[in-house]
Amino acid sequence: MKKVIFLFLLLLTVTVHAQIDASLLQGTKKDSTLKGLNMDAVYDRPFLNLGKSPVSVGGYMEANWQYIGTEGITEGHEFQMRRMTLFISSSIGKKLKFMSEIEFEEGGNEIVIEFASLDVEFHPLINLRGGIIMNPIGAFNQNHDGPKWEFTDRPISATQMLPATWSTAGFGLFGKTYKKDWMLGYEFYLTGGFDNTIIDNDQNKTYLPASKANSARFEESASGTALTSAKIAVRNTNFGEIGLSFMGGIYNTFEDDGEEVDEKRRLNVFAVDYNHTLPKWKTFITGEWAWINVDIPNYYTQHYGNKQHGGFLDIVQPIISKKMLGWENASLNLGCRLEYVDWNVGTFKETGYNIGDHLWSVMPAISFRPTQQTVFRLNYRIQQQSDVHDNPAEKTGGFSLGLSTYF
Amino acid sequence: MIKSKITILNLILIGLIIGSCNDFLPLEPMESELLDGPMEGLNHAQTAQFISGDVAFNDELFHSGNGLGPLFVATSCVSCHAGDGKGLPSTSLTRFGQVDSTGNKFLHLGGPQLQNRALPGYTPETIPEGATYSVFTPPAVTGLGFLQYVTDADILALADPDDLDGDGISGVPNWDYLRDFVIPSPDAITKDRKYIHRFGKKASVYDLLEQTVDAYNQDMGITSLFDPIDTYSGLAVDPEISKQTIRDVVFYLETLKAPIPRNQEDPQVQNGKNIFSQIQCASCHLPEMKTGYAPIEALSYKTFHPYTDLLLHDMGTELDDGYTEGGALTSEWRTAPLWGLGLSPDSQGGKYYLMHDGRARSIEEAILLHGGEAENSKNQYVGLGQSEKDDLIKFLESL
Repeated sequence: MKKVIFLFLLLLTVTVHAQIDASLLQGTKKDSTLKGLNMDAVYDRPFLNLGKSPVSVGGYMEANWQYIGTEGITEGHEFQMRRMTLFISSSIGKKLKFMSEIEFEEGGNEIVIEFASLDVEFHPLINLRGGIIMNPIGAFNQNHDGPKWEFTDRPISATQMLPATWSTAGFGLFGKTYKKDWMLGYEFYLTGGFDNTIIDNDQNKTYLPASKANSARFEESASGTALTSAKIAVRNTNFGEIGLSFMGGIYNTFEDDGEEVDEKRRLNVFAVDYNHTLPKWKTFITGEWAWINVDIPNYYTQHYGNKQHGGFLDIVQPIISKKMLGWENASLNLGCRLEYVDWNVGTFKETGYNIGDHLWSVMPAISFRPTQQTVFRLNYRIQQQSDVHDNPAEKTGGFSLGLSTYF
Repeated sequence: MIKSKITILNLILIGLIIGSCNDFLPLEPMESELLDGPMEGLNHAQTAQFISGDVAFNDELFHSGNGLGPLFVATSCVSCHAGDGKGLPSTSLTRFGQVDSTGNKFLHLGGPQLQNRALPGYTPETIPEGATYSVFTPPAVTGLGFLQYVTDADILALADPDDLDGDGISGVPNWDYLRDFVIPSPDAITKDRKYIHRFGKKASVYDLLEQTVDAYNQDMGITSLFDPIDTYSGLAVDPEISKQTIRDVVFYLETLKAPIPRNQEDPQVQNGKNIFSQIQCASCHLPEMKTGYAPIEALSYKTFHPYTDLLLHDMGTELDDGYTEGGALTSEWRTAPLWGLGLSPDSQGGKYYLMHDGRARSIEEAILLHGGEAENSKNQYVGLGQSEKDDLIKFLESL
């Protein structure tokens, strides 16, 4: 099925290019580094309009080389095509917009519809969104396009603790309002949810991303109940944007064929995110922190924690912004990402000592942007990770060099 | 011109990074600081099988989708034997229901092993009323291949059931029947159709195949063709792991290197080694053994230093939990190999959890818990001066 979709999209692309004059492809001049609210990320993408057609297309790709090792053991040189993503949007009619994002990973082995929703605008404060929705938990989940970031890897807390990119089928409302330097936005959705795999998986830890493997979530919720996602965000021109978000609901299959097979078990996720560009130095700061609470049977293995927390902080400093190597608005940036994740917050019942299973990472970066839609980035990762018993941490380090661009 | 130079410099910089990136990676710990890794002398095919076993042991994590449980103790091998080292109280297992050599009277109630964890929706086992039990922390698994190929004759030669030499130390093998899938070694010695068992805290396991099959079945609820009985239903079910994987794990356990002693030139360590012999610790914790023939050449006819005699010894009332296995008395425990002792904290969260259930929080505490046949050695230790005690501990930490 994936191959059929891939071939269809490939054919569509070829056909589109064969049928129209390239001069009719009008690029929208989006600068991916400029910010509205984080929730605008799906709109803040460069699209090509197909002449007078209401359909716009776009996308991005990410490719890397990396050489990473853990205490003397390395996979050697790794050349990776992380992903290619296609956007298709359409202004269907007055106040009706359709947007979608289809991602190809592992050379097309994994094809995922990450976002496909219809937005109906009733009022700037009241818009209906329905379809496949990226749940607004933290900031990264909705704002994950590779070219926007100075780091080859996505934040560990966002992908290995939170399940970015996490999308589910559902409906909800969103809206925004402005007043002088202030901007306020909200989102509220009811969607399908997680499933038992978050505490029964091949990671041997509570692992929300495990539910991403369950494509049935686009058809039915494993628990038969709704997952609630809500976010409120405030931006001030001088102080930046702060977002508070929640995602929660029953995650497990507690009834089967009308018969009770387990207790209802709940998952709650809280997150705070922040981003700002300091006016004087153009220093860009962004980060998020999330707390996860999962109801786990008390007779279950302690490898699966009922509390997790973690997050990241990116600091990016442009050091040269001018015409370079023939590119008019090129920039050279230094950056650093700080990350921490604790997959199992708590103490062992038997000893009272802290449970480990945590990680920290520091990743200095240098990036070059010939345009704001394309980035070349060189990172070095310094990471230490402890196992569940809090044994001496494993040290990981290495380089990654990558490029990412909208197209 | 300047732009070209900058571009060339950047490309050279990137080239240098790519060309020398190994120099920027975290260093590998010294071999002697690690318990894991293959023994020397394996050929390419054996190394490949070692890696297959390594993957199964350290990377394969079980869940309901690949056979876990529904009743279990742990979800993987590595969750109990991190870095192939000892486990902690949080990864311990409980066995119950046998008080003497007549067998386990609680098999119909889930004995001998308690599956105290269960998949969501299932109810884990509890210890039946009236059953005595003992808690076992996971042992280190390195060097087991050497222990496997010590001949029965050598083990028997060390036994002194009637203490004929009058040193207060007897030592007996654990004689027991074989499981149906176990094939005895060619040089096996039998007594009343029973065989000498050597693995496990009570020396109740014959060989590494039995240990591996049992661990999959009893610890993780993973059935195999060797043991297809599901611990939840008590019925034979389809195998959840292949015979080949079991064989690979057995090979991995056989060919894990023996722990490498450290600081052997340190005078304190050398003095401690002398004291170890003087106070008769070495009578049971035998410093040197040798293997007989082994199908793996690297294990054949080798001398090694495990600090065990593979025999059962009466350890006194304080370590008598009222539970036993095979032909052992409830107060009898197999001499624990001491090799790798100093590396225990690396797999025990930076702390020591010693003796069969981890109750000793230091090496000294472990020594002081010795009783029975080891009472005399313990008393001699108590009588040592502080510096001698320090030297002895330092020697034990060097193993």
